[in-house]
Amino acid sequence: MAYDAGKFDVIVIGAGHAGCEAALAAARMGCATLLVTMSVENVALMPCNPSIGGPAKAQLVREIDALGGEMARNIDQSRLQIRMINTGKGPAVQALRAQADKSRYHAQMLKTLQNQENLSLLMAEVTDLLVDDSPGLPAVTGIVTRTGARYACKTLVVTGGTYLKGRIIIGDLAYSGGPNNQAPASSLSAALMARGIRLGRFKTGTPPRIDRKTVDFSKMTEQPGSETPLNFSYMSDPVERPQLSCWLTHSNSVTHDIVRQNLDRAPMFTGLIEGIGPRYCPSFEDKVVRFAHKDRHQLFVEPEGFNTDEMYVQGLNTSLPEDVQLAVLRSIPGLENVRMVRTGYAIEYDYIPPSQLSLSLETRPVANLFSAGQINGTSGYEEAAAQGLVAGINAALRARGQEPFILRRSEAFIGVMIDDLVNKDLDEPYRLLSSRSEYRLLLRQDNADLRLTPRGRAVGLVDDARWQRFEHKLKLLREGEKKLRESSAGPADTALNALLSSRGSAPLRDRVSLWELLRRPEVFIDDLTGRTDDAGNSLLPPLPSVLEQLEIQAKYEGYLHKQEEQVARFERLENKPLPEDMDYDAVYGLANEARARLKQVRPRSVGQASRLAGVNPADVNILLICLEKRKHGP
Amino acid sequence: MDGYHDMIAAPATPPGESGIAIVRCSGSGVVETLAPIFRPHRSGEDIASLPGWQMRLGWLLDEDGGEVDEVIFAIMRGPRSYTGEDVAELHCHGGSTAVRQVLRLCLKRGMRLAEPGEFTRRAFLNGRMDLSQAEAVIDVIRARTERGLRYAVRQLSGQNRRYFDEIEDALLGLSAQVEAAIDFPDEVDEPDRAGLKQQLDGLAAVIQRLLTAAARSEIYREGARLVICGKPNVGKSSLLNALTRKDKAIVTPIPGTTRDVIEEYINLRGIPVMVADTAGIRETQDHIEQLGIARSRESLQNADIVLLVLDLGSGISEEDLAIYNQLDRARLIVLLNKDDLPQARISEAEIERRFSGVRVLRTSLVEERGLDELEDRMEELLLQHDNERERLELSFSLRQQEILTRCHRLLLDMGETINELSLELIAIDLALGLELLGELSGKTLKEDVLDRIFHDFCIGK
Repeated sequence: MAYDAGKFDVIVIGAGHAGCEAALAAARMGCATLLVTMSVENVALMPCNPSIGGPAKAQLVREIDALGGEMARNIDQSRLQIRMINTGKGPAVQALRAQADKSRYHAQMLKTLQNQENLSLLMAEVTDLLVDDSPGLPAVTGIVTRTGARYACKTLVVTGGTYLKGRIIIGDLAYSGGPNNQAPASSLSAALMARGIRLGRFKTGTPPRIDRKTVDFSKMTEQPGSETPLNFSYMSDPVERPQLSCWLTHSNSVTHDIVRQNLDRAPMFTGLIEGIGPRYCPSFEDKVVRFAHKDRHQLFVEPEGFNTDEMYVQGLNTSLPEDVQLAVLRSIPGLENVRMVRTGYAIEYDYIPPSQLSLSLETRPVANLFSAGQINGTSGYEEAAAQGLVAGINAALRARGQEPFILRRSEAFIGVMIDDLVNKDLDEPYRLLSSRSEYRLLLRQDNADLRLTPRGRAVGLVDDARWQRFEHKLKLLREGEKKLRESSAGPADTALNALLSSRGSAPLRDRVSLWELLRRPEVFIDDLTGRTDDAGNSLLPPLPSVLEQLEIQAKYEGYLHKQEEQVARFERLENKPLPEDMDYDAVYGLANEARARLKQVRPRSVGQASRLAGVNPADVNILLICLEKRKHGP
Repeated sequence: MDGYHDMIAAPATPPGESGIAIVRCSGSGVVETLAPIFRPHRSGEDIASLPGWQMRLGWLLDEDGGEVDEVIFAIMRGPRSYTGEDVAELHCHGGSTAVRQVLRLCLKRGMRLAEPGEFTRRAFLNGRMDLSQAEAVIDVIRARTERGLRYAVRQLSGQNRRYFDEIEDALLGLSAQVEAAIDFPDEVDEPDRAGLKQQLDGLAAVIQRLLTAAARSEIYREGARLVICGKPNVGKSSLLNALTRKDKAIVTPIPGTTRDVIEEYINLRGIPVMVADTAGIRETQDHIEQLGIARSRESLQNADIVLLVLDLGSGISEEDLAIYNQLDRARLIVLLNKDDLPQARISEAEIERRFSGVRVLRTSLVEERGLDELEDRMEELLLQHDNERERLELSFSLRQQEILTRCHRLLLDMGETINELSLELIAIDLALGLELLGELSGKTLKEDVLDRIFHDFCIGK
């Protein structure tokens, strides 16, 4: 029996990584928000790998934090290991990675949701959308649950993850199901399609989980956590916490033979799986076939929590039959007697090809309807959370009748990701890679706050505590840079010259500023922290994040400048808006494909137009000339 | 309606007296617009209904139906035309009056005068050519000799683009290696710095070779300067005559007759060479001759080749050697003329002693002997054969040269510093290189790129 159950500003469907961020953002921005999940027990579930961060993804986590999102704080509270990877490389590719205690991650997020003002949590399956069909663009007005409850809203965010018409595949076995054998969402796909939203089908997979008690760690290499405390969130200073190790082992030719002998039973190759899987997170059987020349692959055995014996075998995503999975595992050093706790599986699901979205993540066919996360064809918790945050902010802004919040490619990896999703055609699940950004050196994990906290403040998501902390850091940075530029060292500085000589760097012959000195590869900020100014005060603040920032800015000044110039060139086209009323049919000379795409997407700027799939440089030049004519024309 | 839809017209042949002249019109409806004022000799034919690639002879009429000129009306239908639009060409009689009248009629029928380069710009916008091809059009217009024309035409067919693409692909390959190592450190090993440097230097060398080759073939477009010098009456004017095979300079036995720099173009195996026969360089009180000498010195400085003519008949004098000592030997060819005279005896040993390391040739201009060999030596000197088996025939615009030069510099700099740079910084420089190369193909978009390219065209192209 259908009934009216309530009214909200913003409703979010799904409480995974995208849904949690979306709901928290909307509620924190003052919107009455309802978060609907099929299972409260699975809020912020990590159904695949137990880690957060890594190359490019760490940048996302830090950006979410800088804008006032939750993921960084949540993993800081619930991690069982953290370390910096790529430390031997430059600052743009260094990345934090934490191993999560999955159950604590969930519990911590659930607590945050429940403590959040303006936020209500509801366990229900959404089966239909309410849409205002009066003339003009259809607009969503609410949802209907399986039990007949109708909830009205101003804006709706769908974060369906891989639940939509989910189908689990293990060998020749296939059945309907969401991740971790949850119930799939069976009606939402039809409701979306009925409103003119096109759906596609993707596939992803997860490896088997094994019992810690049956693993021989003596045959593996230990991967301990960082000895110095590290943190994702800018809101807290790094705290030391108890850590667990991960373990490295390798597959071998026996393993690969087992896979090859059983390819006829692999759903990837028998045709049972039709969805397209991610190239950058391939199944193990895929790797064996595609990299036939490699005689071994890395595998990491990672704990899933402090209070469980389950361990995750990273690198072994597979949908091979269960008996083959066991044989594969037992061919690997250290796993000879392993017992499998959960079988690896592939999951196929419906997704919304994101070329139907605008840069605010609003769907173009239905106004006030936003979508975020894996349902938009991405893979990864961090990608999902980042989209959730942006969709939540925009759902709240729209509910208030304000302009959308859009991050540019030159500002944030979040901007890079959403720009890619909207403008390019996905042919596989989208994973963020550092190479997807043209301005990697500017979009570092260490400066996400400098880039984005003012943006978060402007939309009302950054609270006073974060803002004060940010302003304090900014002040210290400015003072620190000024002091480094104004203070100098010279030949009389014997201790310094001795240090330089000991590191193979030429001793000083003339006075140079400390800023200049820092540019030498052999000199580090820690060498300068003991120095004082004329009044005897310490030259530099004792804050590690400030010192790190100063060192990077001094050392990489030349290349940072090169990237800033690149950005300036890029922005010239970004800042050329394409008028809302642009009549692309009247633009002479556009290729048909380009014309169709431009009409469909209606890009905001010439820059965005230039990145649309199917739009070639000649088409963009035509647009530029056309704009020029409009400017000079009658 | 968009501004690029309208009809444009302009003379396509240079101004001045000529047998015929062509007014070219482009844009949707040009044929139909001109049809009412064209009366074909084959009466009753409807010009407007003709398909592309047709020509008709007839009268062009003014607004009162009066005959203006007898013209050939050529029809090219888009998209298979130069601009990709409908194109009409009116081949009228040469001379400025006829062209002006025909053009005036076109404008009266609603066309507007084309801007410089607009035909080519439309061709580019309509996808008839890419940027490097479009740029080549400039060269076609400017090509002075057949060979220069051939190079330019080759570029029009996309030859440069192939070279640019190859460099771009190679750089993209390097970039992919670096990016893969950054994003997949577990699967992909960091590229070895020495190997990277080798590849970067190799690529820089390729670009250098292209630039050198282009500079060499530049000479086919820009031409070269040749100066003939020597003391009076050694046969400089005879040499010029022999080279031009025209009787332009006055040839007399009175020393000092050639008082001015006489300029003449010769076609040296396709290279347009401007030849200056200078007055002899010698101390003189004659004012006019002094002026001539000053001018001679100036043209000597600008010359690509200097021919010093010595008269074997009268022997090599102090004066000859004084002139010889003033000349730049790298650009010098010494001609020992009047080799036909019986008293002209000079041993190889003496030549070697006097002109060590300099190109020396014996000629007899009276018998026209040694001229072929002279041409060989001049071509060799201009093209600076460096034993490269592969002789690229290229021509680049200034813009292309500038971009390639910057790219060359960047690659060399990268090679120098590669051991100190982390991968992500190398990636930045590779991206900058790709951005530069993208400017050649038009992949890197710039607001003003079309202006910069098409502005350089003359009206009618």
